[in-house]
Amino acid sequence: MNVLLWGILPYVVLLILVGGLIWRYRFDQFGWTTRSSQLYESRMLKIGSPIFHFALLAVLMGHLVGLLIPMAFTEWIGIDQHTYHLGAVYGGGLAGLALIVGLAMLIWRRRSTSAVFRATTWNDKIMYLVLATVIGLGMVATLTGDTTPAGEEHNYRETVSVWFRSLMVFQPDVEAMAAATWQFQVHILIAFALFAMIPFTRLVHAFSAPFHYLFRPYIVYRSRDVDPRRSSTRTGRGWDPVGTPDNRRTRR
Amino acid sequence: MARRVMAQVAMVMNLDKCIGCHTCSVTCKQAWTNRAGTEYVWFNNVETRPGQGYPRTYEDQERWQGGWIRTKSGRLKLRSGGRFKKLLSIFASPVQPELADYYEPWTYDYENLVQAPLGDDFPVARPKSLITGDDMAIKASANWDDALGGIHETGHADPIVKKLREEANQQIRFEYEKTFMFYVPRICEHCLNPSCMASCPSGAIYKRSEDGIVLVDQDKCRGWRQCITGCPYKKIYFNHRSGKAEKCTFCYPRLEVGLPTVCSETCVGRLRYIGIILYDPDQVTKAALADDKDLYQAQVDLMLDPTDPQVIADAKANGIPSDWISAAQKSPVYALIKHFKVALPLHPEYRTMPMVWYVPPLSPVVDLLKDQGHDSEAGGNLFGAIDALRIPVEYLAELFTAGDTEIVTRVLQRLAAMRSYMRDVTLGRERQPELAEAVGMEPAALEQMYRLLAIAKYDERYVIPKAHREQAHNLEEMGCSLDFEGGPGAGGEGPFGATSGRVVPVAIESFADAKARQRDASGA
Repeated sequence: MNVLLWGILPYVVLLILVGGLIWRYRFDQFGWTTRSSQLYESRMLKIGSPIFHFALLAVLMGHLVGLLIPMAFTEWIGIDQHTYHLGAVYGGGLAGLALIVGLAMLIWRRRSTSAVFRATTWNDKIMYLVLATVIGLGMVATLTGDTTPAGEEHNYRETVSVWFRSLMVFQPDVEAMAAATWQFQVHILIAFALFAMIPFTRLVHAFSAPFHYLFRPYIVYRSRDVDPRRSSTRTGRGWDPVGTPDNRRTRR
Repeated sequence: MARRVMAQVAMVMNLDKCIGCHTCSVTCKQAWTNRAGTEYVWFNNVETRPGQGYPRTYEDQERWQGGWIRTKSGRLKLRSGGRFKKLLSIFASPVQPELADYYEPWTYDYENLVQAPLGDDFPVARPKSLITGDDMAIKASANWDDALGGIHETGHADPIVKKLREEANQQIRFEYEKTFMFYVPRICEHCLNPSCMASCPSGAIYKRSEDGIVLVDQDKCRGWRQCITGCPYKKIYFNHRSGKAEKCTFCYPRLEVGLPTVCSETCVGRLRYIGIILYDPDQVTKAALADDKDLYQAQVDLMLDPTDPQVIADAKANGIPSDWISAAQKSPVYALIKHFKVALPLHPEYRTMPMVWYVPPLSPVVDLLKDQGHDSEAGGNLFGAIDALRIPVEYLAELFTAGDTEIVTRVLQRLAAMRSYMRDVTLGRERQPELAEAVGMEPAALEQMYRLLAIAKYDERYVIPKAHREQAHNLEEMGCSLDFEGGPGAGGEGPFGATSGRVVPVAIESFADAKARQRDASGA
């Protein structure tokens, strides 16, 4: 069971993520968008969305530091475990709190603004559920995951991080992960679900973060296509006809 | 290294002829934006001025942050901020107009008219929001202040009215007897220096190097919606259903086969002109950096003389086909802008170098003269009135010349001279060549201008060279518009192969082509 969860599943998720992204890029560029709802409601979005996204970036940085930098390295440069732990709990906790506040604002906005709620698909709802669960469990793991139910001390940098780094060299250290507390284990399992969902939900917009904007020329000239090229999006998606209650032809 | 020369499709609209019938808007909408998510999108709209425009007060760039500004160090910068600022504000666009600044689109519950149970009261079709599906109170639409409707309340929010009141202390009167009015049809300006394009983080907006048409790549757009802030004309819209930006396409599928845009084709006033101009793309930024008052002239200077042998040689060296060069020489747009100098750009102070220009209307002046009991066609009266009636001129100057009334006055005087001169011609009276001289023109040129403005036929108004490529036949039918999944034209694979026995679709483009071939064949 441990081998399945911590030895095989991570690679399956990675395959779905990468394969899904390639698939979506090849066949559904037209659907690849942030699906912004700012046109409907701007006031709450202007507060909630930056809080959520910047907090998410901070949390992401925290994860990278915690997972990638070995304990030996931080000790070598003179940061002892206690100091590190304080930094992680307060820094990570603060970022996590901001993330939860931002997400709560965005979900509240989505539910309470009827135009935004109506534009919310089932895909979005499931995605929000998984996303919120992952974030919530991450908070639980940060705050309570440092002691096992038996009362022993647990340091994720000796379990989760070791396992994570071992994944990258294709030698999954299943035992290390199995030794982590349940908070971390569940957090990671639901996160697997989230990662696998990314290519198939609106979360895909994270992979089009437009850093090349900083370097491209302002004015873009492009030659008329020599062959009238159709969009890579061939079926199932495209512009919708106007749908009204007495004229429901709308494809969703 | 030879000078670079590029061709640009441009349009001129003669505002004196616009009667505000909105046919252009309606046909454009039927052709391009009758889809879910684009209910509020008007690639072409007709605004009454004075008025707030669409979206309301879009010209107030202090608020909407569109277009370019010149920095103190003499560089061009997006008013809404540089590249870093744009990326940092990507999670919530700081100044995007909301649906309330456009209007909430709606339909009527017509079903109720036939399905309501029998009763004493007549059933009504209630307005239903196309956004929420709920009942709604209609508060605004794209032309809520059409023909000055409600102007005594809404007119004061017109950014130009506000500016004239605050800066020039000019009070524009909205009383029926004292006001003036004209219509401004607007499409995308297909600018030479588009700020929407510069704002796009994805680089999805591009300018076609062959004809300068500005398009959004629907596959590349990721819905960051910075272009909507970037465009000072607010002519890029957000399709709230697909999550992508959409804009006027200058009807490029029609243009490529030599047909004018739908808005031009259907314009009952025949006030639109389409033609080619040639320009040097490397001079655009320099021209866009001119002082506010010099922007009009800088933009005129940017347009190269297509009869100049050096320009022709450079154009050929840049691969511009010879039929395009001869189209540029016959371009009515070039004639109105640079030869007769009666067309002006809309808001040159946005520094985007717009390519849809306007012949400003003389009618506000004429109407005021007529109302005061004067002979509104007599040259002397008109000249005097243009000078005396400051308000329409100041207002037009804010629209077309960044506030320079001299240029507007000169254009209006030319139009006035033409009117007076041609009246004498029509009535068989003695001609007054001094009218032409007074505005710095030859009488013959005045008559040419009259011909172009008043009676130019289809082929003179639209000088559109076809898309030049050897596979031009590919353009004739790019596929049937009904050929979507589940649509009536869905062909699919038959027992005799995919194309066997399918209906041959007929588009207006192919029809016009076939007609032209018939005409050529019969030698007519």
